[in-house]
Amino acid sequence: MSQPSQQPTGWSRHDMARLAARDIHDGAYVNLGIGIPELVTQHVPPDHEVIFHTENGLLGVGPSPAAGSEDPELINAGKKPVTAIAGAAYFHHADSFAMIRGGHLDVSVLGAMQVSSRGDLANWSTGEADAIPAVGGAMDLVAGVKRVVILTEHTTKTGEPKLVAECTYPLTGCGVVDRVYTNLAIIDVTPEGFVAQEIAPGITFRELQEKTGAPIIDGRPRSESQ
Amino acid sequence: MIQKRWSSPADAVADIGDGASVMIGGFGEAGSPIELIHALVDKGSRNLTVISNNTGSGRVGLAALIANGQVARMICSYPRSTNSMVFPELYRAGKIELELVPQGTLAERIRAGGAGIPAFFTATAVGTQLGEGKERRTFDGRDYVMERGLRADFALVRADRGDRHGNLVYTKTARNFGPIMCMAAKVAIVQVRQVVESGCIDPEAVVTPGIFVQRLVEVPCPEQESHLVKEGRCYP
Repeated sequence: MSQPSQQPTGWSRHDMARLAARDIHDGAYVNLGIGIPELVTQHVPPDHEVIFHTENGLLGVGPSPAAGSEDPELINAGKKPVTAIAGAAYFHHADSFAMIRGGHLDVSVLGAMQVSSRGDLANWSTGEADAIPAVGGAMDLVAGVKRVVILTEHTTKTGEPKLVAECTYPLTGCGVVDRVYTNLAIIDVTPEGFVAQEIAPGITFRELQEKTGAPIIDGRPRSESQ
Repeated sequence: MIQKRWSSPADAVADIGDGASVMIGGFGEAGSPIELIHALVDKGSRNLTVISNNTGSGRVGLAALIANGQVARMICSYPRSTNSMVFPELYRAGKIELELVPQGTLAERIRAGGAGIPAFFTATAVGTQLGEGKERRTFDGRDYVMERGLRADFALVRADRGDRHGNLVYTKTARNFGPIMCMAAKVAIVQVRQVVESGCIDPEAVVTPGIFVQRLVEVPCPEQESHLVKEGRCYP
């Protein structure tokens, strides 16, 4: 727990991954983005079987290999060495994206630069003139996967809100985000805008609202509201 | 008699001329046909359009082809990766053109091209910069953009084993773009670790049927791109 003299920072990245993993149903097929989403594999509840998909052609991604037994032909979308579980399958890229674009995957967990209260997502480009544009599979995932959830710090390194009324960075997709897990709260994107479902210990609703660039509705059960 | 086996990478790429379009398999180094690419560097063809998911790393393989000034245009989903500096330098200098395509759209454009489908509609990139200027249609209440099928003069692909008919099997996630690129190219050139006798590959296990493959070259011990990059190697 935080010391009284320190500003509470809410949940850790592992807490966020644990909360996201808790909400993934038993039997789900899940694609994980690079960064905080990768931690989700470590927090799947023991009574749940979740199958992880990677865009480059594997269903049934297993844990990282032991040092020295990496195989350069067995990697994930972040080009890191992985293993394949018993019951895994390999396939080519068009089949892999048919799984994504055809609505066969249950959950996509992604990082974000910005999420708007309408569910717009920006996570592929800062739009800077000299940046090398690179999109990978992000636009396919948000367009095709049944449920899109975001794991991200609530604010940028300089304290700017990442949850905003309108994204200023180039969009990955419009109206695609279902839920956001941040270090401060679990927030659903609804037709009424952002709705806080859970708030991290030590964080008040007022602090949460102050660090968010769009209005938030307090959707917690009355007993938890402050 | 059908005999798709060629003697060397150099022979297999000898007719890739200036201005050709070339699909190059691989996702990062996994499945990258590095010996075929190096043969194309040696051949020196210029003004190429290259279709590949990435732009290579270090100064070997696809990065060497780009560094050698042979590529005028890249069609690609992710042109910056770890150790990828050749493409960014040339792109910032305005010396290479980029068509950025979402990865699933890239794969489907290649698959469609290989299947004789000139265009299709997808929800990917609707409402984004990469969907701008594309024909839009609404089906069942949802918006889609039109994307064109992609074909190429040649494909360079790496597989694990092949037979004289061109039937192929791959290794793990090194399969990636190989099967669809073989379909979409007029001439698919494949380097395999081993050429086997007909019948050695179980017909039930064939991943790419031989009809999609025109040339097969055996490269028993392919170079590993990441090892070459780590050693600071530069091709040629």
